[in-house]
Amino acid sequence: MAKELFFIIIGSVFVNNFVLSRFLGQCPFLGVSSKTETAIGMGMATTFVLTMTAVAAYFIQNYVLAPYGLDAFLQIVSFILVIASLVQLVEMVILKVSPTLYNAFGIFLPLITTNCIVMGAALLIPMYNYNLIKSIALGLGAGLGFTLALALMSGIREEMEFHDVPEALKGPAIVFITAGLLSMIFLGFTGLVPLG
Amino acid sequence: MQLMKDFVNGLWNENPIFKMVIGICSALAVTTAASNGIAMGMALTFVLTCSSILVSILRNVIPSTVRIPCYIIVVATFTTVVDLFMKAYFPALYEVMGIFIPLIVVNCIVLARAEAFASKVSVARATADALGMGLGYTWAITLISMIRELMGEGTLFGYQVMGESFTPWVSAILPPGAFIVMGILVGLINIINREIAKRTQSH
Repeated sequence: MAKELFFIIIGSVFVNNFVLSRFLGQCPFLGVSSKTETAIGMGMATTFVLTMTAVAAYFIQNYVLAPYGLDAFLQIVSFILVIASLVQLVEMVILKVSPTLYNAFGIFLPLITTNCIVMGAALLIPMYNYNLIKSIALGLGAGLGFTLALALMSGIREEMEFHDVPEALKGPAIVFITAGLLSMIFLGFTGLVPLG
Repeated sequence: MQLMKDFVNGLWNENPIFKMVIGICSALAVTTAASNGIAMGMALTFVLTCSSILVSILRNVIPSTVRIPCYIIVVATFTTVVDLFMKAYFPALYEVMGIFIPLIVVNCIVLARAEAFASKVSVARATADALGMGLGYTWAITLISMIRELMGEGTLFGYQVMGESFTPWVSAILPPGAFIVMGILVGLINIINREIAKRTQSH
């Protein structure tokens, strides 16, 4: 069991990185990766929400949708509503418990609702038929993988500001090409853990 | 005239993929074969058009404080329709696209057009804008997927077009190829736009 959990986490951080090989969460990957500090803040906030969503998605799928045969047509609506309210709840709790943390996460929290990495992870849990602990591992791994990709990209982009980028490639174009090279590096992790 | 302008806007000037660079998760993920590109484009155009029309009809009914959850429910409903339709009639395509059909619900293009455009204008203008944006998305991801399929497998829509001696560049259909093809295309579009701007200025 511990071995399987380890494989799920390593698998979703390195082998099938959610950003660089599953293409989830591209909007924040391009949008907030220009400074390392904000990139890491966004990564941590997303990891937090992702782990909570994984728990929520597990319970909704197995105790509400599946027993009543509603998962075919209510899955998308219920998951998106749960994610939206969860983000709102997390925002209120953090504001109450730790205003410092709230200021650190600040503007990132509302953005997480439309981050497709959260919805993507929620949809993958019923697809893989994971149990509760494996679902948490998937959520955590997805978040850590997202944070890693964002931190790497922001480091490169900070460095890139001092270099000559061809005029036409300035802006998103060079970020895509850099992401392509990063993704090629992550391909090297293929075979690190057994698939499945 | 105004309708035509709204329609054309999404095709080039504000193309969601190449100009605004939003909603690119699906544009990178499903573009391994040209047929996937067209199918994904049609699915998104349907959801975008239907939700823009509904949001525009309801624009005076929805209170502004709860507008975002309302838009999300509208979008989620039409996404479920597409999801069930594809699962029933195109199971093979649905299998390839995986979670990216249900993920239309969090596609930034749909929500951005509902919030920034459809909720403020008449139904006719909202429809024209949604169709233009949808077609702009469709041609962009079809182009990306054609390039990737041609380089990665030497085929187009499943037909062999490259000669016997062609060695496929397998990376093109792997994740890195998606990013690199996308980056080069955005760069090329920047160059074309700069040329257009120069021409119009000198006249």
